[in-house]
Amino acid sequence: MKQTIIPLGPYHPLLEEPEHFKLYVEGERVVDLDVEIGYNHRGIEKLSEGKTWDQVPYLVERICGICSTSHPMAYCLAVEDLLGCEIPKRAQLIRVVVCELERLHSHLLWVGLAGHFIGYNTVWMWAWKYRETILEICEKLTGNRNHYAMFKPGGVRRDFNEEQIEYALERIVDVEKPTKMLTDAILDDPVIHKRLKGIGVLTKKDAILYSALGPTSRGSNVPWDVRNDEPLEGFKDLKWKVIVQEDGDVFSKGVVRLLECFESISLIKQALLKLPRGGSIDADIKEVPPGEGCGRYEAPRGEVFHYVRSDGSNMPYRHKVRAPTFNNLPTFKASCKGETIADVALITASIDPCYCCTERVAVVDKNNNEKILRGTDLLKLSVDKTMSIMKKLGKTPPLYNLEI
Amino acid sequence: MDILKKSFKKSIWVFHLSTAACNNCDIEVLELLTPKYDVERFGIKLVGSPRHADALLVCGSVNAHAKPRLLEVYRQTPKPCLVVAFGSCGCSSGIFRDSYSIVGPVDKVIKEEDPNALIVYVPGCPPKPEAMIEAIVMGLGVV
Amino acid sequence: MNKEVMKNLKENLKGKIIDMAEVRDNRIYVRVDPKKILDVIEYLFFKYKCKLCTASGMEMREGIEIIYHLAREDKNTLINVKTLVPFPDLEIDSVGKKIPAFRWIEREMNEMLGVTFVGHPDMRRLILADSFPKGKYPLRKNFKHSDVTDEDYDYERSGL
Repeated sequence: MKQTIIPLGPYHPLLEEPEHFKLYVEGERVVDLDVEIGYNHRGIEKLSEGKTWDQVPYLVERICGICSTSHPMAYCLAVEDLLGCEIPKRAQLIRVVVCELERLHSHLLWVGLAGHFIGYNTVWMWAWKYRETILEICEKLTGNRNHYAMFKPGGVRRDFNEEQIEYALERIVDVEKPTKMLTDAILDDPVIHKRLKGIGVLTKKDAILYSALGPTSRGSNVPWDVRNDEPLEGFKDLKWKVIVQEDGDVFSKGVVRLLECFESISLIKQALLKLPRGGSIDADIKEVPPGEGCGRYEAPRGEVFHYVRSDGSNMPYRHKVRAPTFNNLPTFKASCKGETIADVALITASIDPCYCCTERVAVVDKNNNEKILRGTDLLKLSVDKTMSIMKKLGKTPPLYNLEI
Repeated sequence: MDILKKSFKKSIWVFHLSTAACNNCDIEVLELLTPKYDVERFGIKLVGSPRHADALLVCGSVNAHAKPRLLEVYRQTPKPCLVVAFGSCGCSSGIFRDSYSIVGPVDKVIKEEDPNALIVYVPGCPPKPEAMIEAIVMGLGVV
Repeated sequence: MNKEVMKNLKENLKGKIIDMAEVRDNRIYVRVDPKKILDVIEYLFFKYKCKLCTASGMEMREGIEIIYHLAREDKNTLINVKTLVPFPDLEIDSVGKKIPAFRWIEREMNEMLGVTFVGHPDMRRLILADSFPKGKYPLRKNFKHSDVTDEDYDYERSGL
């Protein structure tokens, strides 16, 4: 059978950050996969070495727009690990609220994109519409829809007042009901079951060998969650559980994300109600002595890891940043083998890359005849598969707009 | 100029391109399609190919990986076309301007290819979706 | 939890560790000779069921210090394995030969710092563009941001 190479990437109108996949296929089935990254390289680790300790959170926030607050959180934890200092209780709970709000909006974003990929544009529109409520809460609490600039080593930069807390508690109910409705609709739909189950299976053994993180590993029965494994003071009084699914396919990863939304909503409510009256929000760090520290936090996509080394000056000597997708992307080599081209775009979206892209798929066969498929062709392949499943189950396929 | 005004009078089709960006601006752009802002009622549509586009929406600053691809996409877009440099990174490289990896903001790279390119700047990190709608409409007015 | 982990490491890695220290109750730092790094990491990853968080490399006066950050999640401990790869050879055995999780981070350290990982199956550039000038390592201390400008990039090699 002849082998063909299909590059996927790097700029797609729907999927956001660029990366370039090369698929080696035989006929319709994928035999091997190669990923090229680096399209978003901005030299952040080197830039960190030229910024002072309290300027770095503004820089690391902009590593990723969706897990925007996990990076400053992990960085602040790394500096606090270096110093061994204690953070005031009020600041810890404010941190929990902001981080869980981010997890909520990120998971709903993923639900929308996944819905779009399989041709359920209504899911996309509804998920993003309910996500707007969360962004409005964020704006009321922190001042911005994204890039909140809330964290600093030692605590948080801004406090919540009573009016903001009341607004958040009222509006969060408006998110809970629609999320429940979306979850039930998705979990009950037989077409989605047939479309997503058994696709892109990452076995438990491979998840451990590749050190996969976040919902990618929790969907494969590997219960790694940094909030549980390195519990912060802020989480000690809060009740929540780690969501784990067993099958390792795209459907399991989706279920993990949907159920985590409810855990996040519960954590936000508990944290807002447990905020102590008054109290400082800042440990008031004056200087950073020589030493080193590691900080880890659970971003929506997995564990974010920051390592700082100080030589006593006012800037880091070394700041290492590792985003979760760095560990998750290589897992495609294991989960895409044997899958069809129509499913590959869906599998790549299932790890929720903080880098995703498929724009141009070029099919190069062994005779070196090149044919270019666009991102819309990939989308069409994926949606066509959904439509054929619908017909087999006797349901009428909806009309949808293919242009996007 | 009259030809330009005529050709942009109707709905504007936008091709969205993300160069070295943090993704936030890209998500804000996609939010314009969602029910809250619903930019399709103005006829503004995202298209899948630069060959169909009237406007090129570039999010993020430009690094060495992105530069040849950005120029290639610009060449494929039929002229006249409007380039929207979206976000602080697009306008001026923002917080990344000193980096070894960043080649320049969007206007510097596009003007190497075409010194007379029409560029609209939308600052902000990220810009609010309302600002983006105003930018496109202003671009229409300017052109 | 630290004490239990440290006891286990002392027993099973006797002779392979130069020294070990604990910091607070959930961080352990272990110093290892670069020639023994494969044995230590393989023990920790396979037998002691740790997961790879990442690896950091930084330039020191005598060489490049590489720290492998491994986490034993059910014991809430982070084990940081430090090793110093001396100038001028900058060679160390590749762990990515056997364990897929280490492959990408070794590629990154190779292009950013110039460390050679002997036996790595795929030493292509990962993050830097193919057009980035060869022989320049961004994370070295003598490299400044202004050392590479638009004119230095060889766009012919960018594949377009």
